[in-house]
Amino acid sequence: MRKTHLSHVAGLCLIASGAMAETPVLTVYTYDSFTSEWGPGPAVEAAFEETCGCDLQFVAAGDGAALLSRVLLEGASTEADIVLGLDTTLTEKALASGLFAPHGDLAPLDLPVEWIDPTFVPFDWGWFAFVANADVAAPADFEALAASDLKIVIQDPRSSTPGLGLVMWVKAAYGDRAGEIWSALADNIVTVTPGWSEAYGLFLEGEADAVLSYTTSPAYHLIAEGDASKVAWAFAEGHYLQVEVAGKIAGTDQPDLADAFLDFMLTSGFQSVIPTTNWMYPAVTPEGGLPEGYEQMISPVQSLLYSSAEAQAVRDAAVEEWRAALSR
Amino acid sequence: MARGAQPLGRIRAPGLAVAFAIAGFLGASVWAVAAKAAGRPGFLTAADLAALRFTLIQAALSAALSVGLAIPVARALARRRFAGRGALITLLGAPFILPVIVAVLGLIAVFGRSGLLNELLALAHLPKISIYGLAGVVLGHVFLNLPLGIRLILQGWQAIPSERVRLAVELEGSRWRLLEWPMLRSVLPGAFLAVFLICLTSFTVALTLGGGPKATTLELAIYQAVRFDFDLAKAAQLALLQLALGAVFAAVAYRSGAALGMGAGLGRQGFAIAPHGRLSTALDTFWIALAATFLLLPMVMVVANGLGGLNGLPSGIGVAVLRSVLVALAAAALSVALALALALRGGPVAMLVGSLPLATSALVVGTGVFLMLHGLINPTRAALPVTAALNALVGLPFVFRGISSAVEETEANYGRLAASLGLFGWARLRLLILPRLRRPLGFAAGLAAAMSVGDLGVILLFSGGDQETLPLMMYRLMGAYRMEAAAGVALVLVVVSLSLFWLFDRGGRADADA
Repeated sequence: MRKTHLSHVAGLCLIASGAMAETPVLTVYTYDSFTSEWGPGPAVEAAFEETCGCDLQFVAAGDGAALLSRVLLEGASTEADIVLGLDTTLTEKALASGLFAPHGDLAPLDLPVEWIDPTFVPFDWGWFAFVANADVAAPADFEALAASDLKIVIQDPRSSTPGLGLVMWVKAAYGDRAGEIWSALADNIVTVTPGWSEAYGLFLEGEADAVLSYTTSPAYHLIAEGDASKVAWAFAEGHYLQVEVAGKIAGTDQPDLADAFLDFMLTSGFQSVIPTTNWMYPAVTPEGGLPEGYEQMISPVQSLLYSSAEAQAVRDAAVEEWRAALSR
Repeated sequence: MARGAQPLGRIRAPGLAVAFAIAGFLGASVWAVAAKAAGRPGFLTAADLAALRFTLIQAALSAALSVGLAIPVARALARRRFAGRGALITLLGAPFILPVIVAVLGLIAVFGRSGLLNELLALAHLPKISIYGLAGVVLGHVFLNLPLGIRLILQGWQAIPSERVRLAVELEGSRWRLLEWPMLRSVLPGAFLAVFLICLTSFTVALTLGGGPKATTLELAIYQAVRFDFDLAKAAQLALLQLALGAVFAAVAYRSGAALGMGAGLGRQGFAIAPHGRLSTALDTFWIALAATFLLLPMVMVVANGLGGLNGLPSGIGVAVLRSVLVALAAAALSVALALALALRGGPVAMLVGSLPLATSALVVGTGVFLMLHGLINPTRAALPVTAALNALVGLPFVFRGISSAVEETEANYGRLAASLGLFGWARLRLLILPRLRRPLGFAAGLAAAMSVGDLGVILLFSGGDQETLPLMMYRLMGAYRMEAAAGVALVLVVVSLSLFWLFDRGGRADADA
């Protein structure tokens, strides 16, 4: 009896000293550009580690779609505690995997739409928009664009989240007329690239008058390069939103740290670096507001967004409509 | 490729083991993906069939044009000697080893809507041309693969012993009929196959220059299945379809490759005895100038764009260069070892296995490897070794293609002699084969190393973020709007990868022209 007790105590001591020697590790899976030295990753890591007494480790996996596919491949044995960087066109699939746990109470959000998702927490958002040079006459909406001689570069909805966002935008704005809009746009589309980088690169090379990107893209050129020549076209139909979210893995071995991270995510330590690293709007406006230059960005009159369930439901048909219209 | 009577004493056992290992590895990767699938794959949809059709058409056109254009260019390069010829041959190889996105941007700076060509047309008051569509896809593939075609065919010409050329001249026979046509018949099917298979799995070029969903390839359908639909059954199904197509075409190429027996010489390359006629000189000059303009102008644009970004290079560039070079050296060594074993064995099995990696979807194999590693080790920690290994596999077909005809030549010409001298095994390899393989081995190792430096696909699957290689750094800069700095990194990448290629290639050619 006595012996057992002693060994028990000794065991406890061992565990305690082990825990002291080893700082707990919180593993956050995210997309690649989040962790690069120009992304929010380094600043976020430094700020969280100041208070958490932990080691925050980012693991990057391509883009948002690659990120989800990696988590799904790993399944329940994933080392991730948090997955950060999905958007609402991907979350339904993520939810269906059963890998994610619901979040707790959220700080009040500064989103242009009401947020009711019980699982995923938004960390930033942006409106999709066509970005062009300021000296090009801007069309007022998709129909005006289709009627014009303007040339655009877009991304493929089958390989790129912005590409998919554009298909959702047209579907949300035009419903049954979406196919007709795409047919009318066909002669404006120079080409369709596999990802955002290729499209933006082509646009900067002068291959097109405009590229599908975000209303905040001109902020990069303005703030980082002092170049005011890029603008986003404001469309009368309203603009589709991309809301980027994070979620907690249900099987995490660090549930408290994971919750602490999600709470931290909505504080200024995280949110203040978003506008000039991710070039998106923060989900909670940080103390001190948005950086200078953001006030020059367009503010769409109406925000369009399918719920994640609706997005999943309309996606396949909308993409097929896009493919059929542009394949003719 | 040589069929018919095989001399005794070829080193066959390691090649068989390698063939089984590679086939097993590819099979296991696809199987790992299929095993993870929730259900069975459905039938191919109309969109899949359209993708299949477009994939085959563009691949056939691209391969025919790349190889067709490469013949006169390689012939001219083989026959003429001029200042800077060696450097030109190295530079002409550059497009093949670029990351595809860099090549595409360079191409667009020349052929795009606001590229050089259209600016010239505008000066002449001619209408603009647009390359996007099937023409653009083929143009892109020819730009990327013409260098490979030129090098493979040039090697064929260089392998014709100078004694043979002199003999043909003395006999006043047709060099074309006696030497060149038989050489081409043995080299062309393999070159065509290589380009065809590369284009079969094309993704970025087909999409970016294709102009829209009409130009959808099978690889895009696979990407969509893995990334957006998480339909692994379908991804495995499409990957198997690609593999089957690759196997069929490899078999056809093997059947149509003719045996070559040039006879032995003293190992000198002597094709430079060119005809002096004015017409033939003019034609050769034309072909070299055409290829140089087409291949180098976009490279000049890549360099010009990159110069502006050089002072904005990120701090980690040195480490990234080091990582890329180490991975490339490991990949090249492994690739050469595997390809040499296959080439020594020869025959249909080697040809098939030496071609299959070209026809495999990098995404599916990468995903399969990921699944196999996951649970054993953290795939992210093994990012660089895995990248080197998979790059070795990607490079294998080119290395194999680069050395196999030289091995066949050596065996055909000296095999009987070696057998009668009792030269077998290691001694045969060291004394007979390797000395005769220096030039192709140098070229092949350089190619494998350079291709690995430009690889983005594999590292992107495994990196996890802190194992930054040059292409990954470039990709990240582009993703963060920093196109100018990305162009700077692309320039560094071009320089590193061409230097590696040049060093190996040079090493293989040193004192070979004696």
